[in-house]
Amino acid sequence: MATVDARGLSCPQLVILARKAIEAGQFPIEVLVDSVTSRENVRRMAEKAGCSVAVNEMGDEFSLTLTRR
Amino acid sequence: MGPEALAQVLRPLRGMFPPERFPRLLVGLEVSDDAAVYKVSDDVAVINTLDFFTPVVDDPYDYGAIAAANAMSDVYAMGGEVVLALNICGFPPDLGSEIVAEILRGGAETVREAGGALAGGHTVEDPEPKYGLAVMGMVHPERILTKGGARPGDILALTKPLGVGIITTAAKADAADPADVAGAIVSMKRLNRDAARLAQEAGVHACTDITGFALLGHALEMAERSGVRLRFDFERLPFLDGATRYAEGWLFPGGTCRNESYFGPRVEFSAGIPQEIKQLLFTPETSGGLLLALPPASAEAAVMAFSAAGHGFWIVGSAMDGEGIRIA
Repeated sequence: MATVDARGLSCPQLVILARKAIEAGQFPIEVLVDSVTSRENVRRMAEKAGCSVAVNEMGDEFSLTLTRR
Repeated sequence: MGPEALAQVLRPLRGMFPPERFPRLLVGLEVSDDAAVYKVSDDVAVINTLDFFTPVVDDPYDYGAIAAANAMSDVYAMGGEVVLALNICGFPPDLGSEIVAEILRGGAETVREAGGALAGGHTVEDPEPKYGLAVMGMVHPERILTKGGARPGDILALTKPLGVGIITTAAKADAADPADVAGAIVSMKRLNRDAARLAQEAGVHACTDITGFALLGHALEMAERSGVRLRFDFERLPFLDGATRYAEGWLFPGGTCRNESYFGPRVEFSAGIPQEIKQLLFTPETSGGLLLALPPASAEAAVMAFSAAGHGFWIVGSAMDGEGIRIA
């Protein structure tokens, strides 16, 4: 289990952090973001990288759970 | 700043400089073009433009050269030649003087290559390095190129491949192959001078350079200024080595999102175009090539002329009646 707190970060930093966590391979990975754009970018990158993505909405923020497909 | 926010803050300024009070201002805030143009006499118009940015590559010389080529590109996109340039510098106090010297050398040598003179500049302290140029160019008032001249039936061409934005972003994430980065640097350092001259000789109708608003943003400006619809053939779009691979890895810079949300509603994509290619076409370019609208009769001659000059030239689509953009 790994957590990436990408709240307050913008592209590409947050995608890069999430990508590094995927490469490190400690699944499941929880990624915290604070915008719809960030959520979509992490989700699309993770799906491209072969992960399944579950999204939880928490007010204005989102938690994405990435698991290996 | 994204295109939408920029348009909003500029809007109140437009009414302050009405054309009837400034008849010699041929291109100003009223229209979004590449640079300002002021008519001095029947034979001479002055082009003014400036651009600066934070480092896009690690090597200071290359950074300076790229920033200079990018700043001067707007002069070429307006059909002019570079005359004078001034440095715009923001450097941290602890940045080594040998690094600053290399950045400035890269800029100065690129101005010299352009046939212009570097004549001064201004420096401030800044926690993040910034470098660029304020550039003065000259053009005959009847040879000014704008985004507004494309006509239905024109062919569209690009003079550099796309993709430097995603490659430099991948490099910042340590995810880029050095050979791909080297290719992007060569592309960014290349002046648009020869391309603009060859385009003029081919009777170009409209011209712009591809920079921060990406292919689609700059193409939309051309479509709207010209009152035409632009159709791009996705299969013909040229990309630098590595660009589509990093797009598959979703290594897009923040500007991609801003461009997509602002320009996206005016762009149609045919079914089957991969999501990452769509994003790539919204990804900012640095010191990109020219987008040209050429009369169809001169297309063949333009292909030959660019080829003879050893310059890239890709026919990528056409203009037609209507509005907006379609990627097919």
